[in-house]
Amino acid sequence: MSRRPARLPLRARAAVALARLVGGLARSAGRHGAVIGGRVATMLDRRVLARLAAGRTVVLVTGTNGKTTTTSMIARVLGGAGRELATNHLGANMPDGITTALLDTFSAVDAGPSPVAVMEVDESYLGEVAAATDPRVIVLLNFSRDQLDRVGEVRTVARRVGDAVEAQPGARVVAFADDVLCAGAGLRAAAPLWVSSPTRWTGDAGVCPHCDGAVTHTGTRWACSSCGLARPDGDWTLVEDDGGVATVHGPDGDATSLDLQLPGHANRLNAVFALAVGAELGVTPAVAAARLRGLEQVGGRYRTVTRPGGTTRLLLAKNPAGWAQVLDLLDEGPPRPVVVAVNSREADGRDVSWLWDVPFERLERHPLVAAGERAADVSVRLAYAGVGHRMADDAVAATRDTVGEVDLVGNYTAFHDAARALT
Amino acid sequence: MSAPVTVVLLLPEVLGTYGDAGNAEVLATRLRWRGIEGRVLTVGWTDAVPSGGDVYVLGGGEDAAQVLACDRLRDSIGLRRALDRGAPTLAVCAGLQILGTAFTIADGTRVPGVGVLDVETRPGGGPRRIGDVVADPLVDGLDVPLEGFENHGGITELGPDAAPLARVREVGRGPGGAGNGTGDRLEGAVSDRGRGTVVGTYLHGPVLARNPALADLLLTKAVGELPPLELPEGMPAATAARLRGTGDDLGVRTGARRRAGA
Ligand SMILES: [Zn+2]
Repeated sequence: MSRRPARLPLRARAAVALARLVGGLARSAGRHGAVIGGRVATMLDRRVLARLAAGRTVVLVTGTNGKTTTTSMIARVLGGAGRELATNHLGANMPDGITTALLDTFSAVDAGPSPVAVMEVDESYLGEVAAATDPRVIVLLNFSRDQLDRVGEVRTVARRVGDAVEAQPGARVVAFADDVLCAGAGLRAAAPLWVSSPTRWTGDAGVCPHCDGAVTHTGTRWACSSCGLARPDGDWTLVEDDGGVATVHGPDGDATSLDLQLPGHANRLNAVFALAVGAELGVTPAVAAARLRGLEQVGGRYRTVTRPGGTTRLLLAKNPAGWAQVLDLLDEGPPRPVVVAVNSREADGRDVSWLWDVPFERLERHPLVAAGERAADVSVRLAYAGVGHRMADDAVAATRDTVGEVDLVGNYTAFHDAARALT
Repeated sequence: MSAPVTVVLLLPEVLGTYGDAGNAEVLATRLRWRGIEGRVLTVGWTDAVPSGGDVYVLGGGEDAAQVLACDRLRDSIGLRRALDRGAPTLAVCAGLQILGTAFTIADGTRVPGVGVLDVETRPGGGPRRIGDVVADPLVDGLDVPLEGFENHGGITELGPDAAPLARVREVGRGPGGAGNGTGDRLEGAVSDRGRGTVVGTYLHGPVLARNPALADLLLTKAVGELPPLELPEGMPAATAARLRGTGDDLGVRTGARRRAGA
C-alpha cells in the first residue's frame, strides 16, 4: 500500500494540467465532467493513463452487475480513516473516465497522486485498462447477459476478460466461484481467490467456458460434463441464516458478521469481495466490516427520498441477473408498491426481450405500476405473468400518486431520470 | 377431460439468450385465456425430447451454444418423430438456423442441421444485423405486420422447399430491418413451400408476445379453431387490446416514435 507514486514526465504534466483545467470548466458547466478531462489528457499524451497509475496500488473491479457498489465498498474499506483515494465514483468506467478519476486526485500537478486507486472497469475495457495500470488486484464479480445488442455475446466478453487476467500475472484475482463464466475467467489466473455463495441466476451457465461442453447444476455445485471443469471451493464464503444474519468465513478460518445498511443478498455478496480485497491489502475483515456499516447509498442506488405522502426508494436493475437480485431484496420486506420503469435508449440497450427472463410472477403480492418509455412492453409482460398492475406514462408521477413507501425499480436511463427528478 | 395441450420448450439453458423462452409462456397462457388447459414442458439438457408434444419452441443462442444444441437435437428421435408428423414448431434465430439443412460457423466449419426447413446459413461477415424490424407477412392466416428485434450475423438462404415468412419494410419511413440478410428483404422461413407447420424467424421480442396473430396461427395449427380470448379483469385497456391483436403495436412504432420525438 505504500508504493511511492513516481513523478510525471514533462509532457504528461502538461497534459494533466490542461486536462484538469478543461475538466474543471466542463464540470462547472455541468457537461461530461466525468470523462472530458481524461479524453483531453489522452489526446495530448496517449500513455497518460499508465503514467497517472504508475506507482499506485491499483484495484480494478469488473463484471456485469454490482461494479459501482463493490467499487464503492472497496474504496471505503481501503480508504478507511479519511486517506485520499482515487475512485471513479461517478460510474464512468471506460478509459477516459478512469483517467479523469486519477487526474482528480492530483491536488496539484507536483504534489503527487493518492497512493491507492480503486476503479470499476467496463467488462470490454479490462484488458486495455489493466495493461496501462498494472493492477495489484482484479475483482471479477459475475458475467451475464446485458445489452446483447450493444455489448455482444457474454461468453465472448468473459473470454476477453480471461485474456486480460492471464496477461496480468502480477495481479491477485478475486473471482466469484458460483458463476460459471466468471470462474472460467478467474481460472486463467495463477492463484485466484474465490468468493462463494449460492447464486440463483444460472441463465448464462449452460455452456462450459473451457471446452464448450454442457454444464450441469446440482444444488449449488456446477460441473462440465465433458472436461470436468467444476465450481472451485470458496476461500471467502457468505453464509446467511433465516434470521437475516450474514457471516463471512475467510481463508484463515475467521468469521466476520456483516451488518450493512445497504439491503439485499447482492450487497452482502459485494461486501464479501470488499473484505477479501481488504485482507489482501492489509485491512482485517473486522475493520473492513466496521467501515462498510456506514455506507447508506451508492450513486443514488438504494437511496430513500421523502416526498409528500410517503417515501420512494430508488433501485437499479438493468438486466435479468440484476432483477434477480432486486427480487430477492423485495422478498425480504413487506409488499410495498413497486413502479417498474423501463426505457430502451442507447445506454439501456434497444432490445427489451430481456424482460421475459425476469420472473415477474414473484411480484404478485406487490401493487404494481408499469412505467417508462417501454411501459407497454412491461405491461404485456406482467399480463402474461398473471400479475395485476396499472400503467403510467411517468414513473416519478406514479410514485407521487402512491401513499406510503414505494420502490421504484428502473433500468439505466429510467433510474437516472427518476433519481434526477426526485432530487 | 382431455389431456392438457403441451408446449415443448427445447433446451432453454442453451437456446434462451434473448428471452425467447417467453414464446412458450405466451402460447400456454393464450390457451388458458381461452379455457383450454395449456402447459409448458421444458426439455432440459439431460431430458429426452417427447414426440407427443402439441407445439415445439426453440429460441436464440450464442454460437457455441448453437453448435451444442444442434448436435443434441439432430440425434433426437423424439424431435424427429414430432417433426415428421407435422407438429407446429416455432424456431427463432439460432433455432431457425439449427432446423435448416446446415449452417457454417465463424471458423468455417459447416454444421449439418436438423433439416426440417430448406434453408442454409453462412456467416455474413461485416457487422451484425441489429435493430427494430417491421415486416409484412407472406403466409396465409397472417394479415397484420409483424414486428420484433433482430440481432444476428448469419445470412440465411431459402431453398426451393421453403417459403419466406415475411418481407421487411424498407428502412427510411420508420423501421425496416435486414431480415435473412440476403438483400431481398425476406424474413424467416416456413416449411413445405409455405404449407408446412414449421415457422422460423429472426425476430426476438419475444416474437409471440409482440405478434399475437402469429401465436394464434401456431395454436390453430395445433388445436384447430380457437375460442375467443377471455382476459383477466382489471388489465389496462390498451394492454388488453394488444393481447387481442386489435390495439397498437408495441415498442417498434409507438415506443420508437415517442423516443424519437422526445
Ligand atoms: Zn468443459
